[in-house]
This record gives sequence, structure tokens and C-alpha cells, in this order.
Amino acid sequence: MGPPKRARWGLFVPAAVLALVAAACGSSSTTSSGTSGGGPVKIGYFGALTGNNSPQLGININNGVKLAVQQYNAKGGGPKVTLVEYDSQGDPAQAPQLAQKVISDHTVAVVGPAFSGESKVADPIFQEGQVVNVTPSATNPTLAEHGWTYWHRVVGNDSQQGPAAATYITNKLNLKKVAVIDDNSEYGKGIADIVASNVPKNGATVPVRDHIDPKATDYSATVNGINAGNVDAVFYGGYYQQAGPLVKQLRDGGNKATFVSDDGTNDPGFVTGAGANAANGSYVTCPCVPTPSTPAGQAFATAYQAANNTAPGTYSSQGYDAANFILAAIRAGNTSGKTINSYLASHSFNGVTGTIKFASNGQITPPQIEAYQVQNGTINPVGVIS
Amino acid sequence: MHHFFTLFWSSTIDGVTIGAIYALVALGYTLVYGVLQLINFAHSEVFMVGTFASLFTLHGLGVTGPQTGVVLVGVLVLCGLAAMAASATTAFLLERVAYRPLRRRTTSRLAALISAIGASFFIQEVFALRYGRDILPFPRVMNKTVLFHIGSGEVRTDKVLVVLAAIVMMILLDRFVGTSRLGRGIRATAQDPEMAVLMGVNIDRVIVLTFILGGLMAGVAALLFGTFFEVTQYNIGFLLGIKAFTAAVLGGIGNLRGALVGGFALGLIESYGASIFGAEWKDVIAFVVLVLVLMVRPTGLLGEQLARSRI
Repeated sequence: MGPPKRARWGLFVPAAVLALVAAACGSSSTTSSGTSGGGPVKIGYFGALTGNNSPQLGININNGVKLAVQQYNAKGGGPKVTLVEYDSQGDPAQAPQLAQKVISDHTVAVVGPAFSGESKVADPIFQEGQVVNVTPSATNPTLAEHGWTYWHRVVGNDSQQGPAAATYITNKLNLKKVAVIDDNSEYGKGIADIVASNVPKNGATVPVRDHIDPKATDYSATVNGINAGNVDAVFYGGYYQQAGPLVKQLRDGGNKATFVSDDGTNDPGFVTGAGANAANGSYVTCPCVPTPSTPAGQAFATAYQAANNTAPGTYSSQGYDAANFILAAIRAGNTSGKTINSYLASHSFNGVTGTIKFASNGQITPPQIEAYQVQNGTINPVGVIS
Repeated sequence: MHHFFTLFWSSTIDGVTIGAIYALVALGYTLVYGVLQLINFAHSEVFMVGTFASLFTLHGLGVTGPQTGVVLVGVLVLCGLAAMAASATTAFLLERVAYRPLRRRTTSRLAALISAIGASFFIQEVFALRYGRDILPFPRVMNKTVLFHIGSGEVRTDKVLVVLAAIVMMILLDRFVGTSRLGRGIRATAQDPEMAVLMGVNIDRVIVLTFILGGLMAGVAALLFGTFFEVTQYNIGFLLGIKAFTAAVLGGIGNLRGALVGGFALGLIESYGASIFGAEWKDVIAFVVLVLVLMVRPTGLLGEQLARSRI
């Protein structure tokens, strides 16, 4: 109770504050101590690693990038490369500051940003700072329309995925009344709008169009609306964290409509969140083709498994390819953002996901969209749909 | 307007169900506010800890599928006791660590409020670091069978359980505060803390008891939430906590029956609002209604103090 106790706290409090500040500054970590200027070339991963915005997708990508950098350095023959992880938590509010940090770190190229919302705010900063950015997963179509010359995307976008998903629902699955739901995010609403506008073109209808609050747990109002619409398919634009509980509440509400979602849902977390019973039979579309059974694909899968103790996840191989394309540019002697960028523009790259060649707007040509289905609790590819 | 009539009954049933959970959590806010005039912002974490306790009890019991009969009752009671114990302990520790030292040293309510927010982040992040930030699914404990229909609405077993359990708990709490010796202490402290001390009420004990009672209610809410929604997450309490606090204000903060009325009213307003304007407008409508109610009745719907609640 007396002064001695307070004196001890007096020392403790500044120490605790210092520890907190240190922890906050440590949110981006360097895998080995890199120096700017004459030292190793720094490349980054930019996207969610923690937080509440489906970080698993970001972890999948980062693991692919890490593997590529390890293999590059082990092989030798070019300037040494270090990887810096920029954890944005997938949050557009944190992205601008973090993008500034990329520039002040003298990081010349990043794989990412992983999501569309953060891309929209971070990409102009990269453009200005001449930081090459190659996203393996941000699929919002408008990203290609800003004239950002340092921006690239190794997968198809939602204006390709959306119509493919709509046609898959109406023509392949032969479902004619489609409820379209989204999470009001840049990405989720974007692709849901595209699906909703394409479904009627195929002679089907969208009797229900609703948006959920991704922070809420209770989707009963949306479920009631879907039930009242008497639909035979539900398309959800958004991420797995909400897709799981949504499909569970749909099934509990007695709804048997076929559930279709997008690449944000293409994660085992979807099945965990929904429970296998509710998730079985659901479809997801993705501009990510599964890791192919080619020798290169097999070698990647084996190395990834060995490094991370788990099989490659959604966008792991795309992250690996994006990093390897950047590393190929560095190996050829390009160590600044500007020269790496012109290398990417003028070369094509044979990765594990196929040949990567960027159009002048940074978009990959041509893209592939794959459909997946949840079968016995696992998400399995069921064929290319465009 | 297009879905209000077609969805009226299903909206009503879902509104009442979520409203029951709001009301149980709202009791924690209202009790503490009634006695201390303090908004216990960390109460959302008291609830969150309860959901985790319930989940771990299910894992510990090895429950992986729906149970029936005596086993179901046993599982629910055990989970409920675990959740209540965990939530009450959390509330107790919060009072000891985050509020009591401040209460002793300063009269500023603002300091206690900031301490509450800090404690809330602390608990959230500890759980996020320990158990990850992804949602954690519950195994299904009970079959969710439809008992009967009211119009378009389905009355399901789990919804009945949520509403009945919540109402029983609220009646028990109301009787306890209204008739017991300890309850009289709570009411006396709420009415006039200094006078209560002079009359021999042990204020510290009353305050601890108030936190524990709020924690017990949050624990029941956590059990019902876990059984109904079957998910939890480190930040699951955040939005629910804000809603429950809103419910408490709507009904009249510091008023136990107000929390009940506020909880059900908020649940129904949200549910009807969503059926009229779409689910994304749910929160907008709920808070517009709150502002309108407070403009007409600044003290909330029932608007009386905990001290004056008569039995």
C-alpha cells in the first residue's frame, strides 16, 4: 500500500511503455538484417498475416514467397536478396502508412498487396515510389484501370471470374433463381455486383440482393430474405470467415439452395467455420488453378510441404511465381524498382502455375478460372470454367 | 417495405432470439452502471471469455455431435457452469485490477473508463495471441429441429432454449436484487453510496457482487450464444457488447427491467429494419431509433434507476 510499492510501479510503467513501443515498431520483421544501399536487395511481402480479414490467404502467399527467396539465395548466382514481411492485417486503413514504410525501407519490389481494398490505397504510393508490386490475389477489376505502371497481377480478375461464376451457376449447374449476397467490401461487393448483372444475361433471375455486416455473427435477416426469395442458388461475394457461418445459418434455416462463392472463400477455414455437413456440395470459383501435377508443380508442392509442414494453400503457388518472376529480374542484374519493372514488362516467365506474361496494364494474359467443390469436407478442383 | 410483411414472423422470432442475448449481456452493463455510474467497457470481454469456456468444456467432454435427453441437459448445464464461472471470474478480476485501484485513488470516472477500454484490448489480444484470430467453430450440441411454424417463421428448439433460459435468468436476477439481503445492499448503494456506508453496507463487497452478477449473466449469454451461433472469436464480444450497451441505454441504464425491454426492443428493431431496408441497414436503423427514443425520453424507455426498482 505504501510508497515502496508505488516506486516499483514507477519503474515498471516506463519499461512497459518502452516494451509496447518496441513491439509496435516490430510489426514488420526482416528475416535477416538488411542494409540499404550496397547491401542485399530487399523485396517484400505486403498483405495480411494477422488480424481479422482472413489472414490465412496472406500466410499462404507469404509462405510461397519465403520459399522462393530461400531457394534463390541457396542457388546463388545473383545479388543476395532479403525478404521483409509487411503485415497490413488486410486493412485499408493501415495500408498507406505501411506502403510508406516499404519506400523508406528501400524495398524495391513487393509481392502484394494481397487484397483489393488495401491495393487501392497502397498502389498509388508504390507507383510514386517506383516500387514494383505484383499481386497474386487482389482480383478487383478496377485495379487495372488506373494506369499504374508498377502494378502487376498474376491471376485473372473479378470481371473475368464474375461472369464465369454466373455462367457456371446458370448454365452448368442449371440454377435459375440466384440470391446474390456480399459483405460490402471492395472485393466482395465488386464481384457480387458483376455476378448479379451477369445472371440475368443468361436468362436467370436475381430475386434477392442483400449485404451482410462482416463484423456481425447474426445473419438471420439475410437468411430470412433468402428463404422468402425461394431461390435455388446463393452466390456470396466475400471471404471465408463470414461465408462459413453464413452457409451454416442458411442450412439451419432450412435452406437447401446451392451455395456458390468466390476465391475469398477458397480456404479450408470455410469448411471449418460452416461445419462439413453445411459446407458439403458448395462451390467456389477462383482465378487460381490448382498446383498442377507437372514436375515443376510437384517439386514446388514437396518443397513447400517441407518448409511449412502443410500443403500449399490458395494462392501459395501464385505468390511463389510472383516472387520468382521478381527474383529472375534481380538475378539478371536489375536491383532497382525501375529496372526490375522494365524486366517484368519485357519478359515472360514460366512458373508452376503456367506462363506469366503481363499486358501493358499489368494484367496477366490470358487468365484461367477454376471451379472447386466441397466434397466430404475438403475443397477439390472440379474443372476449368473459362 | 417490400419484405416487411412476408418476413414479419420470421423477423419477429429471430429478433426475439437475438434480443434475449442482448438483454442478458445488457444486465451486466446496467448493474455496474446503476451502482458505480461506470460504463464497464470490458464487459464484452467478460462475455467473450464465457464463450471460450463453453467451447473448451465441449472439447473436454468430447462432444462432437448433437446430444439428446439427459446427456444434452448435462452437457448444457456443465457448459453453462463453466461459462458462468469463467465470466464471473473475469468480471471479478477486472474489478480488482482495473477499477478498484482507480476508485481508491481518484474520483475521475474518465480514468476508470479508459482503464476499462485498456482492459478490453488487453483481454482481446491475449486471446487472439493464444487462440488465433480466426473463428473457432463449436460442435453441434443439440439438434435444431423445427417445433412449429408461426406464419413464415420457424420456431426452432435452439431458439426456444435461448429465449426461455434468458427469461428465467432475468427473473432470478430480478428476484435476487429485489428481495435478498445482498440485493438490498446493491439497491442501497445505487441510491446513495455514502448513506449506504453509514447504514452498514460494505460497499466494496456490494461492488464485487455487482460485477459477479453481471459476469454470471454474461456467462449464460455466452452459453446460449455458443449453442445458437456455434462460433466464437477473440473479438466476438465487441459488436455484441456495443449492441447490449445500446439495449441497456434504450431501456434505461441502471434499470434491470429496462435491460430486458431494451434488449428485446433492439433485437426486434434490427430484425424488422433489416427486412425493410436490407441487412446492411440494420445498425443504422437501430441507432437512429436509439437517438429518437433518447430525444423523447432521455432516460430510456423505462428510465428509472436501479435503486428505485420495486418488487
